[in-house]
Amino acid sequence: MIDILLHIALVIGIMFALVLISAGLIWLERRTLALWQDRYGPNRTGPFGTLQVVADMIKIFMKEDWIPQFADKKVFVVAPAILMISILLSFAVVPFTPEIGVVNLNIGLLFFLGMSSFGAYSIVLAGWSSNNKYSLIGAMRGASQMISYEVFMGLSLMGVVMLAGSFNMRDIVLAQQGRWFFIPQFLGFIIFFIAGIAETRRLPFDIPEAESELVAGYHSEYSGMKFGMFFVGEYLGITLISAMTTTLFFGGWLGPGFLPPICWFLIKMFAFILFFILLRASLPRPRSDQLMALGWKILFPLSLLNLLVTGAIVLYYK
Amino acid sequence: MFSILRSIWLVFLHMFHKRVTVEYPEKKNYLPPRHRGRIVLTRDPDNQERCVGCYLCAVACPVDCISLQATEDENGRRSAEFFRINFSRCILCGYCEEACPTDAIQLIPDFEMSEYNRQNLVYEKEDLLIDGQGKYPGYNFFKHAGVDAGVKGKGGGADEDQPVDIKKLMP
Repeated sequence: MIDILLHIALVIGIMFALVLISAGLIWLERRTLALWQDRYGPNRTGPFGTLQVVADMIKIFMKEDWIPQFADKKVFVVAPAILMISILLSFAVVPFTPEIGVVNLNIGLLFFLGMSSFGAYSIVLAGWSSNNKYSLIGAMRGASQMISYEVFMGLSLMGVVMLAGSFNMRDIVLAQQGRWFFIPQFLGFIIFFIAGIAETRRLPFDIPEAESELVAGYHSEYSGMKFGMFFVGEYLGITLISAMTTTLFFGGWLGPGFLPPICWFLIKMFAFILFFILLRASLPRPRSDQLMALGWKILFPLSLLNLLVTGAIVLYYK
Repeated sequence: MFSILRSIWLVFLHMFHKRVTVEYPEKKNYLPPRHRGRIVLTRDPDNQERCVGCYLCAVACPVDCISLQATEDENGRRSAEFFRINFSRCILCGYCEEACPTDAIQLIPDFEMSEYNRQNLVYEKEDLLIDGQGKYPGYNFFKHAGVDAGVKGKGGGADEDQPVDIKKLMP
């Protein structure tokens, strides 16, 4: 009984910590974007501008939460919730340390891939229920991008599964004790990372929300807390892809013993989050058709090739 | 592909550059002396007001923010009875400074004039008048003008000829 309660407390703690991290990402992103653009980010509110997050939260809560008359009300309200739910559920299988983790699913990786497909629903529902041409165009582009990049996201991870021998995330981390998987699976790592950027609709793949193009894309009709949920959901997605990359390719919590495992996990995860922000600072946005061409004509065959070669080598050594 | 990686690397190197932001209000930007900021009314080298109330600045102003009324003292020296500039309208273009014949109205590099109450942005003459000569020292209009306003007699100016005696035939 008591350990059930302890586990529930751990789960709530993990969820709370994740939402805190993604809220803190608001501040981190603005300051690091500014660092790479030769300017200061917010540095007036609070020490080093950290209270900017509180100011942003207060602003989002106070905004008028308006549902358009022409919108499909039930779907309109549910769409951002679906995004948050699918990403927070995906975090259930991420092994933070040997002790901390929500659940030890034997098909953890498959669950993660399923949840990321679920996330595509939120985009389509948001764009459709907004009943607005530009939102619909943004949603359709977003859906096409997410679905096509999901194809080889799963395929690129199959190499890791072959090397580790199971879908269980903890087994995958433990199998990297000899050598982290990004060395034998370098191509798989690159493809998975690019697919991850496309899944979270982050620059350079942010055509769906394209601030300067389709007004604001699929979330142009959203205001107040629902928009806040899309916003925080995007940062949660970044955190999720960084966590998955460190777990699957960079050894998760593994590292020399002078730091506790949770520190290693957090260091690696934040390194990838900073790389996400660096990509936003440096790359221009490709056109929709260039994006799809990259996905289907270049990355998909490369992931199939990776799968082929990894399978051949694993079979040869068995 | 290589150009993408090169872009990412170059942007990453920006981390080590100095930031170009000037953190106002702790640090301020350099403003050259001819920067068009707040309007002031200046005085002579003899500490009299330069403004002669000629209305040229009010006419030149593109947004009609200057309002004044001329008056004359017992010597015939003109000045402004009231001189009002509405800074909520003023666009700091400097046309009034170019139009002024006596170098009275000038623009100085000060722009920090924020107010909470809009009426406080209407500056009267006592708010605009300064004790110095501004950007053009040493110029006294009445030493060059033709009139006798108590500063010099007719024909006494530096670049003036003596007045012609209308009752004589000689040039």
